[in-house]
Amino acid sequence: MNNKTVLILGATSGIAKATAQALAAKGYGLHLAGRDKSELEILSQDLSIRSGAKVSYSLFDVHNVDSHQQFFKDVLAQCGTIYGALVAVGELGDQILAQNDPTHAKRIIDANFTGVVSLLTPIANYLEEQRQGFIVGISSVAGDRGRQSNYLYGSSKAGLSAFLSGLRNRLAKSNVQVLTVKPGFVNTKMTFGKQGMFLVAEPEDIAKGIVAAIEKRQNVIYLPWFWFWIMKIIRSIPEPIFIRMKM
Amino acid sequence: MAGQDSTSLSGWGRYPSVDTFIDRPESRASLLQAVQNSGGTNSSGAGSGDLLARGKGRSYGDAAEAACGQTVLMEKLNRFMAFDSETGLLRLEPGVTIAEILQTFIPKGWFSPVVPGTKFVTVGGAIAADIHGKNHHRDGSFSNFVTRFWLLTAAGEIIECSRIQNADIFWATIGGMGLTGIIVEAELTLSPIESSYISYKSIRADNLTELMGLFDQHEERHHYSVAWIDCLAQKNSLGRGVLLLGDHAKLTDLPEQLKNHPLTLKPDKQVTVPFDMPSSLLNRYTMSTFNSLFYAVKTNQEKIADYDSYFFPLDAIGSWNRMYGKAGFIQYQCVIPPAASKQALTEILNACSQKGWGSFLAVLKRFGSKTCPSNTSLSFPIAGYTLTLDFPVKASLIEFTRKLDELVISHGGRVYLAKDACLTPETFRTMYNANFENWRQIKHKIDPDNVFRSALSQRLEIN
Repeated sequence: MNNKTVLILGATSGIAKATAQALAAKGYGLHLAGRDKSELEILSQDLSIRSGAKVSYSLFDVHNVDSHQQFFKDVLAQCGTIYGALVAVGELGDQILAQNDPTHAKRIIDANFTGVVSLLTPIANYLEEQRQGFIVGISSVAGDRGRQSNYLYGSSKAGLSAFLSGLRNRLAKSNVQVLTVKPGFVNTKMTFGKQGMFLVAEPEDIAKGIVAAIEKRQNVIYLPWFWFWIMKIIRSIPEPIFIRMKM
Repeated sequence: MAGQDSTSLSGWGRYPSVDTFIDRPESRASLLQAVQNSGGTNSSGAGSGDLLARGKGRSYGDAAEAACGQTVLMEKLNRFMAFDSETGLLRLEPGVTIAEILQTFIPKGWFSPVVPGTKFVTVGGAIAADIHGKNHHRDGSFSNFVTRFWLLTAAGEIIECSRIQNADIFWATIGGMGLTGIIVEAELTLSPIESSYISYKSIRADNLTELMGLFDQHEERHHYSVAWIDCLAQKNSLGRGVLLLGDHAKLTDLPEQLKNHPLTLKPDKQVTVPFDMPSSLLNRYTMSTFNSLFYAVKTNQEKIADYDSYFFPLDAIGSWNRMYGKAGFIQYQCVIPPAASKQALTEILNACSQKGWGSFLAVLKRFGSKTCPSNTSLSFPIAGYTLTLDFPVKASLIEFTRKLDELVISHGGRVYLAKDACLTPETFRTMYNANFENWRQIKHKIDPDNVFRSALSQRLEIN
C-alpha cells in the first residue's frame, strides 16, 4: 500500500480495467469513474478482492461538461487526495455516419477531446497546486496522421495529443508528469469483431507498459513499442503519395 | 452481432472446426443484449439462432461452439463479486478461471476445491462439464462445492438455482454442457490450505493388476491420486505405470527454506508451441520412448512440488495442442463401474497396444462414491476407474473410437462429453440412458424452443 489514489476516468474501458488492476497490484488506491453504476460496483469489488486495494467509485458523463467541476470536487471529498489521474474516455464512433451526420461527428469529438479537456481542467489545476503526481491520457496512433477510414476519431485524438503536450509543458515546473499513451490496436470491445485489425495487443500488455512509463516518468509512449516505428513510416509518406493510398 | 462475419472455432483438440458467430460481452447489460440479438429472448423470433456460452474453449471436442449460431465468449465476465475469508465462500462471475482463483486466493490460504488438468478453465465451464480432479475419491466433482448460481434462461429471466431453489434446473445445469442457459454468477466454497506446496510420492507398478492394487492400498489416505500408464506395454506388462499420490503440504512438512513463505505463487512463465508440429513427430516410437523414460525415472520417491508443476505440468507449454499437428487430436475419456473396471481396462489397453496407438497421455484415476446425487444430471463421474487417452486425428480414428465405445458400453461405462468429438446419438443415449430422459424433461421446461444448442448437442441430438 502506498496511500496514493489514482482517479480512473472511463473505468469500464478495456485499457482502463487492465491498468486499474496493474496499479492496484502496485499498491495504489483507486477511484473509478464512469457511466455504468452496476459495472463500476462490480469492478470495484473485483479490484479490492484481487489486490486488497481501497477502491471507490462515482458517476460522470463526459458529454455533460457543466458537471465536471462539481464531479471532481466530489471525488476529492470522497478520497481526500488524488495522486494521479488516468483518462481512458473515448469513442471510436462510426466514420461513415459522422461524414453525413454532424451530430455524430460532434459526439466523437466531444467524447475524445472537448469532454476530456473539460475533465482534465480541474484535475490539472489541482495537481499543479499539489506539485506532485501524474496525468495519463490515452490518445491513439490514429491521431498521428488523419486517414480516410477514421479521421474523425483520429483528429479528435490528435487534438488530445496536442492538448496533453501543452499541459505537460505547463506542468513540468510543478513536478507533475503528463504521459501521452498512443496504443495501436488493442483487443477490447472497441475493436472486437472489427475488420482490418492487425498486430492486436492485449489490454494487459498495454497496462504493463503504462505502469512502467509512470514509474519512469516518461512523456510520450507508443504501445506496443513497434507502433513508434510504424507511425514514423506512415507520417513520413509524402502527401502526394499518401492521398492516393487506401488507409 | 449483425453484419459480422462468422468465425471458425474449435475446442482444445482442434477437431472439429465449427462456423459460428461470436460476441464477447463485457458487462451484464451487454450479455443480455447479446442474448437478445441472437433471438434467444425474443418471443416471436425464438429459435431464430442457436446460442451458447463458451469459457476458454478448453473442452476438447465440439461442446463449446454454437454451430451457425451465436457463441458468447464469457471470458471478460470474470469478476470476483464477494469473498468471505471466514468460510471461504466466494461469489464470482462465470468467466473467472481456476488460474485467477489460485492467483488471488493462494496467498490468502485458500485453494480451488477441485482442479482439472489445466488451470485455464472457467468456473462456468467447470459447472457445465461438472469437472473432476485427482481428488474425486475424496471430494467428488466441482459441483459438490457449488452452493448456488444464477442462470440466464431462454426466456431472458435470471433465476437463482441451488439444491433448494429451482433444484431441478440446478442439477440439469450441472454437467448440462451449457444447454440450459447461461450462468451469470456463481457461488462456491474454497478449501483452506497451509501451503501452496504438494507433498507427493510416486510408486511404480509393473502391470494393471498391481496398479489397481496400489489404488486400493493407498488412495484412501491421500488427497490426490492419479496414475500414468504406459499404454504401449503389452502382455504381462499391460497397464504398467506410476501411481502419484499427493497431499497439500502442511507447514510442518515444508523444508526450512520454504517455511517463511509457505503460500508462494508460482510465477507465470510459459513456453509456447509456436506452430503446428508435423503430427508424425508423435509416432509410436517417440511416444514409446516417452513412456519408458517416464516409467524408468519415477521410482518410489517422496518429494515436495509447487502446486503448479504438480497439477498443471502441461500448462507450462502454451498451446501444447499444436503438438498434434494441424489435423488436431481427440481425448477419449471413459469411466467404467468398479466391478467391470479391470476387464474393461484390459480390453481397452489391449486394443490400443495391438493397434500400436500409444497415447502421449494415458491417465488413470478412480472416481469415488460422491457422485452427482441427482438422476436428472448429465454429470460424467460415476464410481469406478476412469481412463484418458489422446489420439491424433487420422483416417481410421472414428472406427477405432467406435470400437472403444462398444467396449465401454458393454461394461456399463460412459464417455465424458467435455472431451467427446466422436459419439453418436445412439451410443450417447445408451451411455447416459435414464438420466438423459429425465434431464430432457427439464430442458424442455426451461428451454422449450431449444435455443441453447452446441455443435455437440446437434451431433448427439440432445434436445
